[in-house]
This record gives sequence, C-alpha cells and structure tokens, in this order.
Amino acid sequence: MSELIASKIQNNPKYHELISRRDSLAWTLSAIVCVLYFGFILMIAFTPDILTSPISAGGVIPVGMLIGVGVIVASCLLTGIYVYRANEIFDPLTQEIIREASK
Amino acid sequence: MRTLKTALLAMAASAALLAANMSRAADIVIPGAPAEVPLNWHAIVMFVIFVAITLGITYWAATRTKTATDFYAAGRGITGLQNGMAIAGDYMSAASFLGIAALVYFNGFYGLIFSVGWLVGWPIILFLIAERLRNLGKYTYADVASFRLQQGPVRTMAAIGSLIVVLWYLIGQAVGAGQLLHTLVPQISYRESIVIVGALIIIYVTFGGMKATTWVQIIKAALLLGGATAMAIGVMAHEDFSFVKLFSDAVALHPKHMEIMKSVVPIGAKANPIESISLGLTLMFGTAGLPHILMRFFTVTNAKAARKSVLYGTCFIGYFYILTFIIGFGAIVLVANNPQYVIDVTKNILNLKGGGSMPAVYLSHALGGDFFLGFIAAVAFATILAVVSGLTLAGASALSHDIYASVIMKGKATEKQEVWVSKLCVIGLGILAVILGIAFEKQNVAYIVALTFSIAACANFPILVMSVFWRGLTTRGAVLGGYVGIFGSIGLLIIGPTVWTKILNMGPALFPYDFPTFVVLPAVLIVSFLASVTDNSEGAKKERAAFDAQKIRSETGLGAEMAATH
Repeated sequence: MSELIASKIQNNPKYHELISRRDSLAWTLSAIVCVLYFGFILMIAFTPDILTSPISAGGVIPVGMLIGVGVIVASCLLTGIYVYRANEIFDPLTQEIIREASK
Repeated sequence: MRTLKTALLAMAASAALLAANMSRAADIVIPGAPAEVPLNWHAIVMFVIFVAITLGITYWAATRTKTATDFYAAGRGITGLQNGMAIAGDYMSAASFLGIAALVYFNGFYGLIFSVGWLVGWPIILFLIAERLRNLGKYTYADVASFRLQQGPVRTMAAIGSLIVVLWYLIGQAVGAGQLLHTLVPQISYRESIVIVGALIIIYVTFGGMKATTWVQIIKAALLLGGATAMAIGVMAHEDFSFVKLFSDAVALHPKHMEIMKSVVPIGAKANPIESISLGLTLMFGTAGLPHILMRFFTVTNAKAARKSVLYGTCFIGYFYILTFIIGFGAIVLVANNPQYVIDVTKNILNLKGGGSMPAVYLSHALGGDFFLGFIAAVAFATILAVVSGLTLAGASALSHDIYASVIMKGKATEKQEVWVSKLCVIGLGILAVILGIAFEKQNVAYIVALTFSIAACANFPILVMSVFWRGLTTRGAVLGGYVGIFGSIGLLIIGPTVWTKILNMGPALFPYDFPTFVVLPAVLIVSFLASVTDNSEGAKKERAAFDAQKIRSETGLGAEMAATH
C-alpha cells in the first residue's frame, strides 16, 4: 500500500465514518453478549433460586433452562445481525473508500 | 507423488491387515476367560470407510498443495460455508460431544451452563477479530499480534502460548482417543489406539496440509451433526416429541430426581460465585484465543468469507449443543437403570460399563442397536482424528512460521525450507502426542480444559485485541503482558485445588480456585498498559506511528493476503 493511498484514505471522512460505525456496532453487540452471558452467570452465582424455579407451578422445566437456551439462540441472532449490517453497509462503504483512494 | 501413493497403499494395507487380525482374534475363545466381548464390526467397518475417504481426500489435497499458502492456509480458497463447517468441526470435539452429554446425564441442567459458555465466545470472535485477523495475518495469529511490533520477542511469546495450548490439548485428545477406542473395540489396546491416531494424522497433515485438514474437518462435522440429529430425533420420538415428557421421565428415573433440574453447580458441589464468574470468563475469552481456531480465518478468500464463516459456525455449534442437551436427558431415560449398560443396577443405576463418557454411546445403541452404535463410535473417533489434525497443524505452524522462519532465520528462509520444517514439526508433534498420550494414560487430566482455555483467554486473546485496537501497545507491553498471562495461568493452576491438592497431594490449595482467569486477565491488561505507556524508546514511538497504516489494512483489507489463483 503506497503512502499516497494511505494518506488519501486517512483524509477521507468516509474512512472515519466506516470505523466509527463498525466499531460502535461491534462493541455494542459485544456488550450485549457479555451482559446476557454474565447476567446468566451472575444469576447462577447469586440468585440460583430464580433460575431453578419452574416456569409453571408444578412443572419440571426451570426458568434457567429457557434462559440458557435463550442465550444460545441470542448469540446466533446477534452474529446474524452483524453479518447482515456488514454486508449491507460496511462492504459498500469500504469499496467506495478503496475506489476513491486509487483514483 | 510416488512416495505418497506408496504410503497411502501401505496404510490401506495395514488397515486391512489390522481388521483381518482382529477378526481372527475374535474367533479365538480363550477357555476359562471371562465372556469374550464380541468384536464391534459395525464400528470398525464404518471407521475404515471414513479413513479410506479421508486418505483419498489427502491424496487429492496433496496433488494441489504446492506453496506455503496451500500448506498453511489451503490456498485461501475455502468459502464461508465450508469454513463455518470446519470451524464447527474443530470446536465440536469428542470431549464436547461425549463430555456434555455425560455432564447432563450425571448432573442434568448443569451441562447447559458449559454449553452456553462454550458458545458465547463466537459472537465476540466475529465482532472483534475475525475480519481483522483475515486482513492482517498470513498463517498464524502471531502474524497479527506482531504486525507492527518487533517480530522476534512478540512471535516467541505468541508461539510459546500457542504451543503450550496445543500440546496440552493434544494430550487431552490423545488420552480420550485411546480410552474411547479401547472401550469400544477392546481388541485394540489403549496404546495401539493412540498409535493409529498418531499415524493417521501425520499422513493427513504432512501430505495434505490445511486443505486435507479442512476437508477432514468438514466431513466429520457433517457426520457428527447428522448423527447427533438422528439421536435427538430418536429420543424425542421415544418421548412423543414432548419436552415436558422427556424432562418428567428423566426426573422420575434419575436417582437425584428434581435435583437435576436445579443443578446450577455440579450435584453435591457447593456454589461459589467467584468460581462461576472465572469459569465464565475463561470459556468465553478462551474460545477466542485458541490457535487452531484462529488459524482457520487465514484459509478463507477474504474478510467477508471470514465473517460469514463465523455466522455458520456459531449456528452449527449452537444447534449441536442443544442436541447434546437432549441426548444427555435421553440417556437418563434410556440408558440409566438398564442392566445392559450399567455395571450393577442394584448399587448405582448411573455408573456405566466403560466409564463416565459413555452415555451418548450407549444411547445410540438403545436407539438403533449395534449398527447405530457403530456409526456413533466411528463418528466419535473421526472427531478425535480431525481435531488432532487441526491442532497438530497449528502447533507446527507456530514452530515453523513463527520460531523457525521469523525468529531464527529472521525472515530469510525460503518458502520451501519453511514448509519442510513445518512437515518435520508435524511428524515430531504427532510422535510427541503419541508418547505423551501413552505417558498420561493413568494420569488425572481434569485440569486440561482449565489450563488450555486459561492461557488462551489470558495471553493470546488480550494481546491480539490490544494490538489490533490500541495504538499505545508496544513490544514491551505485549511481551510482558503475554508472559504474565501464560505463566500466571500455569502458576495459579499448579497451586490450585486440582493440581496442588488432588494430583500433587500437597494439602489445601494455596490458590482456592480452579479457574485463575479472574485474577490473571486483569493483571495482563494492567501490566500491558503500564509497560506500554511508560515505554519511551525510539522503537515504541515507531510502533505507535505504524498503527495508522495497520488500521487501514485491518479495516479495509487493502494489502491483505490474496487468495491463490490456481
């Protein structure tokens, strides 16, 4: 990568837009995964009674099982959201930045 | 190519010979000996078919593996879906298939906590590192960590971290392979099982490189997902497709009854908040620091494929873990209390013949007889082969690409030399795995997950993320932080409850937790931060200045390694 291209990219506001939009999405989604997962872990540690209570009176399935499966499903959905956004927004933006830099 | 053909022929011949030998062994009835266990023909036939197919693929891959990029990174021609399968294959080891099912079988709900922890690292890998890894790296994650830092010290640290993780992971897999094969086919001894594994993976990896390793992984992932799906459907069909009936039946049959739905810690253990949190940190960030997993992102065509592969991989793995949960509960209903599988139903209705990892295997027999048992056994063994191949290649690339080519030869080695060294390392690591697997046969290897995941979570992962995201990281910060992560994890594990008290018999543990991540990870971050910000050397200034160029490449993919054209 030549210095010229690098400086063109560095001075292109779209490049900074790409970074800030991608970073904010990536760190927000990471934070959501951490909150979900460590929320689950902290419930195990401090309020196991909530997790072990059955979802319906007299039933066998505990709340924690639904939450656990929910965290697995949510992880898959959140990766899907990121991939969708990246395909729709970040890829075209990146292509534009590269095209403008090599002009 | 002639040598390869001969080697493959020799392998096929010896496999046939082995089978023939065993058929004779099965015919011989030793008078007075305890009832001879019949030879598990289904398993052997299916396993031989798997080996034949994978050797065929290895032959195909070998004819297409010419450059270093082919050898380490499958020519960067793997698609997102293929890599997603391969990632899932690398991650769904026999330990997680048989292990989580067994955890559920003995403890119920508790098994799900592990499944969740083992999955949540994947979104983090996608959001923070997958695409950037592809854009910055060549063959190993050390390429990325050392991108703008001093090659020698950073690569040495990263390679040490990788090798410790790979070696211990290999020991765990080898011991598991030996025990599993010996249990399923008692005519093959523990040692023979490990030697078979070692010989096969050396052939796959030295001849076929990453291309063969990836395709072995893909086939195995398809077999494992298919087999587990069939088992889960079988269980649900038996339970009238009602989860309420499945769980109610399990509660009624399990000796701990309702306890199995309330087990947030292993049944009989005491709840410990710090241990739970530390375990959570270890599983989540450890996943994102495993060298054989990170290496997969260099095999895809571009950052977009890297991104897609994590989506596919996460969905496959999540689906698989939900299946193992159903399988574990299914085993409580169908395997426990069945005199065919249980050692002595009058004493303990859970303890199985062949040991603690058998619930899933016996469940397949309960559902589909000898044929299905043979299939699942062959799949479990194929799983070990595939995972060991990936690990061996990751270890060999750390030795050849990081240590030999970059540190010792300072980048002056030719591509040919590097690949040769790599192949020698594969052979060396394969033999080492066999020797260690035999040496550790009777050892307690319960600390292996904690050890490998702790180092990955405390050294590999934080240094990688800091070097990609933080301008201020310098060589001094990366190296000091990395070594704190590696040796801090090892040190605290040695003085922890499993090693200090149970293995070394030294009395009460000096460090009372099994998972040291909650102490070591913050220490790594603090040390890296302080050592970097106080570094005013000329080198450090250059390293910070080089961040902008690195950032452009990592964000846009400009200058990233291209896919091979052939």
